[in-house]
Amino acid sequence: MTELNIDIQKEQERVKQEMSKQGLRVLVCTGTGCIANGSLKVIEKFKELGVNVSALTDYDKMTIVPTGCHGFCEQGVLVIIPVLHTAYVKVKEADVQEIYDSHIVKGVPVERLLYVDPNSGEHIYKSEEINFYAKQVRTALENCGHINAECLDEAISVHAYEALSNILKGNNPDKVIDEIEKSGLRGRGGGGFPTGTKWRFTAANKGGKSYVVCNGDEGDPGAFMDRSVMEGDPHKLLEGMAIAGFAVGADEAYIYVRAEYPLAIKRLKIAIEQAEKAGYLGKNIMGSDFSFTIHIKEGAGAFVCGEETALIASIEGERGMPRPKPPFPANKGLFGRPTLINNVETLANIPVIMRKGADWFAQMGTEKSKGTKTFALTGEVNNTGLIEVPMGTTLREIIFDIGGGIRDGKKFKAAQIGGPSGGCLTEEHLDLPMDYDTLRSVGAMVGSGGLVVMAEDTCIVEVARFFMNFTQHESCGKCVPCREGTKNMLKILERIVKGNGTMEDLDTLEELAHAVNDGSLCGLGKTAPNPVLSTLKYFRDEYIAHIRDKKCPAGVCTALKTYSIDPDLCKGCSKCARNCPAHAISGELKSPFVIDQEKCIKCGACISACPFKAIKQF
Amino acid sequence: MTTERQSQINFHKIDEIMASYEYKKSNLIAILQQVQELYTYLPEDAMTFIGTKIEGLSPATVYGVATFYAQFSLEPKGKYKIKVCDGTACHVRGSMSVLNAVKTKLGLGEKRMTTEDGMFSLEIVSCLGACGLAPVVVINDKVYPQMTSDAIGIIIDTIIKEESN
Repeated sequence: MTELNIDIQKEQERVKQEMSKQGLRVLVCTGTGCIANGSLKVIEKFKELGVNVSALTDYDKMTIVPTGCHGFCEQGVLVIIPVLHTAYVKVKEADVQEIYDSHIVKGVPVERLLYVDPNSGEHIYKSEEINFYAKQVRTALENCGHINAECLDEAISVHAYEALSNILKGNNPDKVIDEIEKSGLRGRGGGGFPTGTKWRFTAANKGGKSYVVCNGDEGDPGAFMDRSVMEGDPHKLLEGMAIAGFAVGADEAYIYVRAEYPLAIKRLKIAIEQAEKAGYLGKNIMGSDFSFTIHIKEGAGAFVCGEETALIASIEGERGMPRPKPPFPANKGLFGRPTLINNVETLANIPVIMRKGADWFAQMGTEKSKGTKTFALTGEVNNTGLIEVPMGTTLREIIFDIGGGIRDGKKFKAAQIGGPSGGCLTEEHLDLPMDYDTLRSVGAMVGSGGLVVMAEDTCIVEVARFFMNFTQHESCGKCVPCREGTKNMLKILERIVKGNGTMEDLDTLEELAHAVNDGSLCGLGKTAPNPVLSTLKYFRDEYIAHIRDKKCPAGVCTALKTYSIDPDLCKGCSKCARNCPAHAISGELKSPFVIDQEKCIKCGACISACPFKAIKQF
Repeated sequence: MTTERQSQINFHKIDEIMASYEYKKSNLIAILQQVQELYTYLPEDAMTFIGTKIEGLSPATVYGVATFYAQFSLEPKGKYKIKVCDGTACHVRGSMSVLNAVKTKLGLGEKRMTTEDGMFSLEIVSCLGACGLAPVVVINDKVYPQMTSDAIGIIIDTIIKEESN
């Protein structure tokens, strides 16, 4: 047993005392999304009112707590008053006075600012009763939205550094690794590699200088869970990193954060400074022999840097190009030293596992995928935002229960999971348990957890082109099959969406896809063909419609649209002709007009101009 | 215009930036970020200076790093940097029409991404992580949620109006 000079229990007591003086806590979300919707102004307004505390009957004080992301970004600004069991959504600066006068002072909730269930039309008071939250189980995100992310005391109040303190007291690194292995935690960044095993590999090289690297280069378009953790609960990430450092014998660490996340960088910097000052990081943590320093490295915009060896190259100040493995980072990583690389979400799970135990964690999820996983639910669903559910939750539960179904009553078509490296899931997969192995068996992957929902009016071929455009652009150029292969695959897809594809193109696409997969060094190239392969598998009809019938079934691809005027409905008013920017419509007044298909640029201006709905798009 | 700006390079200032990063090779990206902050882009002379001054680097290596990362620009940027997000969520919800509206409004196109008066520059970025608010546009670090082609036009008009005052 190691004696520590900080008693975390006493600290928790002290913080509890302090926080009991806060009176009525009003939580206002200050994630990137809510700030964009004006949450800083909402806070200012609340603070102005808060001066007049004599109006409060039950509390002597009101404290406005700026929190991290609640996950329900679309409904922002979110204002939650826990003791009044109320969550307000879409709050504007102008609404603050009413919330204060009516609810906080008189106790009458402001009904118009409550969340309305899109299906039942009911007003819902408590956030935990909103469908979006009701089915979630939060581990990595447990504190996001509940604490002030820029305040160490608030983090301590929700058990920050408790697990680290216990571990340092026990002073047994191997036991920590055993526990993580037992929990069954797998890498949340996309690979799904068992975290405990990775730790053990790195710990085997103990002795000299070792590093811990946290991968916060969340490059997958459509994923923002890591941003939310860094913005909403930075101390949890720091604690996870320190525990990892202790387990593998590292004393220095880097967090690699995308430059696109300025708020995350700011909050991490604040958190590191606070933790060092309080003795939870830095030299001789809490009086033990363990020292651990964390640096922040800002990325500069390169998707490939999410790959661990490319990320190492980037931290070293070089072009972020992947290096061949072996040697694995566990043996020879950053600056040639043994390095443990874990993703933000993985590390955020560590303190919770160590505090609540491996068994607690392992009872959630499926046989081989334990615990919970965050998903960034976006696209054509009613409730977009960040969610965390037990592994094995079905796509149906996520889209229809949590997500509240498809927007505007449209029909579900597909869900793209795992970003540009992932695949498509269709209606037949709605009841599949979402875990690493099941998803892989149907040609998709959990990936980082980006989940973009598409409705009937999304063109799948266009989406495949979109992803290929992304990976082609982000290919670092080191491996020829990836550099040239993705370029040619993109050319073919561009040809198809323009209606110039041939049936042979589909075979070439598949052939190229396998070549790119086989001949690439890193995950980017290996997975770049996935969206094409999976859409070809499940939506081949749609590709064929583009090629053979020159039609885009979803009506998206501009080049394949045809506009025509129904002579029976056209009254010959000439409004369409006057609105056509290409002068492609002509005719005699009071008799049906016609569109010259050669001149038509397919902009659709005529459709919106026609008062008789006589113009149809095919 | 480029040469005019080049002549204003403050080598002393760049040296201070390098000194604050201990002239370390591994801090090259951070140094370039600071220099870009100063000039809105990476002037060629600045890159050559850094490449000669820091041990283990050459101007070619610096150029290699500068052209690898999307964040770095070798051309001057506008006073207002408009970033249109074309991540998956934004794309599915119509970011292309927002992008086209900006292009048409400011007369920008395939090659020209900065307006002649140096007021606006346009970038397409892959994901800003604000997917719940798609489609998103960021102008100089301010996030504008749920954009439409009309809304972005009004925002640009407001900026132009403020500037002319």
